[in-house]
Amino acid sequence: MAVSQDTAKTVDEVTGSYKYGFTTAIEQEYAPKGLNEDIVRFISAKKEEPQWLLDWRLKAFRMWLEMDEPDWAMLNYPKIDYQDAYYYAAPKQKPTLKSLDELDPEIKSTYDKLGIPIEEQKVLAGVEGARKVAVDAVFDSVSVATTFREELSKAGVIFLSISEAVKEYPELIKKWLGSVVPQRDNYFACLNAAVFSDGTFVYIPKGVRCPMELSTYFRINAENTGQFERTLIIAEEGSYVSYLEGCTAPMRDENQLHAAVVELVAMDDAEIKYSTVQNWYPGDKDGKGGIYNFVTKRARCIGKNSKVSWTQVETGSAVTWKYPSCVLEGEGSSGEFYSVAVTNNYQQADTGTKMIHIGKNTKSRIISKGISAGHSNNTYRGLVRVLGKADNVRNFTQCDSLLIGGDCGAHTVPYIEVKNPTAQIEHEATTSKISEDQLFYTMQRGLNEEDAVALIVNGFCREVLQELPMEFAVEAQKLLGVSLEGSVG
Amino acid sequence: MMLEIKNLHAEVAGKEILKGLNLNLGAGEVHAIMGPNGAGKSTLSYTLAGRDGYEITGGEVLYKGKDLLALEPHERAAAGIFLGFQYPVEIPGVSTLNFLRTAVNSIRSQKGEADMSAAEFLKTVRVKAKDLDLDPEMLKRFVNVGFSGGEKKRNEMLQMAMIDPNLAILDETDSGLDIDALKVVSKGINALRGADKTILLITHYQRLLDYVVPDHVHVLAGGKIVKSGGPELAHLLEKEGYAGIAA
Repeated sequence: MAVSQDTAKTVDEVTGSYKYGFTTAIEQEYAPKGLNEDIVRFISAKKEEPQWLLDWRLKAFRMWLEMDEPDWAMLNYPKIDYQDAYYYAAPKQKPTLKSLDELDPEIKSTYDKLGIPIEEQKVLAGVEGARKVAVDAVFDSVSVATTFREELSKAGVIFLSISEAVKEYPELIKKWLGSVVPQRDNYFACLNAAVFSDGTFVYIPKGVRCPMELSTYFRINAENTGQFERTLIIAEEGSYVSYLEGCTAPMRDENQLHAAVVELVAMDDAEIKYSTVQNWYPGDKDGKGGIYNFVTKRARCIGKNSKVSWTQVETGSAVTWKYPSCVLEGEGSSGEFYSVAVTNNYQQADTGTKMIHIGKNTKSRIISKGISAGHSNNTYRGLVRVLGKADNVRNFTQCDSLLIGGDCGAHTVPYIEVKNPTAQIEHEATTSKISEDQLFYTMQRGLNEEDAVALIVNGFCREVLQELPMEFAVEAQKLLGVSLEGSVG
Repeated sequence: MMLEIKNLHAEVAGKEILKGLNLNLGAGEVHAIMGPNGAGKSTLSYTLAGRDGYEITGGEVLYKGKDLLALEPHERAAAGIFLGFQYPVEIPGVSTLNFLRTAVNSIRSQKGEADMSAAEFLKTVRVKAKDLDLDPEMLKRFVNVGFSGGEKKRNEMLQMAMIDPNLAILDETDSGLDIDALKVVSKGINALRGADKTILLITHYQRLLDYVVPDHVHVLAGGKIVKSGGPELAHLLEKEGYAGIAA
């Protein structure tokens, strides 16, 4: 309840243009524009990578050259010129810092402008008694600060940038990198494998409940810099981790490509909760600019009774292509997907999930809330696949679409493939409009139009928002209101 | 004068519904408007609350001496106008408590006042809910979703009590209520009465007026007030119907 109150207030405060439209003036060290084997070698050399990883990247690059960009999604965007972008940009600062005080003041002020949730600000500011959230800040391509590493390491938790992890835990990286999303999985994942800049590695040992929520702020800063983050999370037997990923990007006219890969592995009885709030620059009112977001996120529930839960609130990006998925291998494992996707103006989103039931008694639950406004298009695309040996599978899918105005589109494209007769699959879908009755009723009680829309939309998304950790829920509610500004009337 | 309606003309979808309506409501007074179906009762309440699609084609409305029609619906709410809905609207996913608190604080913020604290709000809402025989559990349910007719109307009364308006327009608040619920709702309306309050009851039936005794009764027919009188006019209508009076 208090959360919505804060939200209504904050929506007021941030009314206006895109809040995060600023550029930080930090010297960048670029790789030359374009993409070829030399660039791949440059990136690998810059990161002082071992030979095996360079070979891995080069193999991916060669595969990528043979692949075609997928065109099956309900998305329309001009052809991307992959030679017209930079593939490596890092702040010209020593990437390893002892404390946050040493952080470049420009970067620090960027965090301020980002409005990193209060709790995390406290953590960043080192306020005593602040709730513990470990923040690994990915500023463009290189991790510049990692907090709480010590406390985490006491618990045996590894929380590092991928580049560091390659040096410190090569055997773990070698074992798991690409084990969930192989190099040739798809066009964008393959590109990522060749040129991934940095990202996060998390390892939770057997039986450990991670003592704090882990949080990464992604931020795309350099003009024309493709972002190729890579995240790898391993949860060993009986462990638990909650990981938060939030992103904002400064306003740019050029479209920026983002092709991230996230790989999760859950062993016996392990649980991973992965939450995302994505509010990258969506482009302006006329559809100019904005981020292209082509992301591959997948989890392998390898262990018995393991559990992975994806929660996402997607309000940003001009184009979103994203299907966080669960491969349910272990007997009794379960996968969940809770999604809110908002599109306004000329944004396009084609998003959903894949639940692949391989093991017996596996369960999945999909709750998708799509909100379309302006001239936008919002597609839910989801696959539920039950393999022949997967007895007693349960799936529940609910896809609700909410339309605001008459020029937008909402589409639901469910794919259901069942090869085992014992499976129980449920699919529910609804499409509705914000009714004039609801708006008038709410406004008669004193809310202005934007607050009224925000309240109604937050209600529509409730089942998903309640899955988010508290700090994120506040930010997400705020974002929903902001994203839909000017969508009514 | 709380509200002065002068020669008001209003259209819905190009059709004129209000055809030169005149009405004065003084502070501290309770008025009842009765009239046959299609007379323009709901149009009047929506027009006063500023609903989209209700187009004013003539006349004026002064609220506390100022032009009411220039204000947006939420500004009218903040100015102290409350509309009790004939059919309260469902808002899935939004708890009644959250809705109430958002409403109260939205109005406060428009008036430049600080938010009501969570503690004060909860305390107040519990007391008011009890007065209306409302189960506090109901406050956790989504706004009007799955509410019975009586619960919906009592929820309207709870909102009214929390918002504490100066002018309450209650559109068929008595419809669909059994006798016990009617008594509770009437109690809620009577609790609002006061020197600086005005209540406009829109109703078909005399029975609400047995519990909330009006100072004035008006008959609305054909988009105009065709007759005004005291409480006895309602009894007359109940006995003889509209036909004779509205003609």
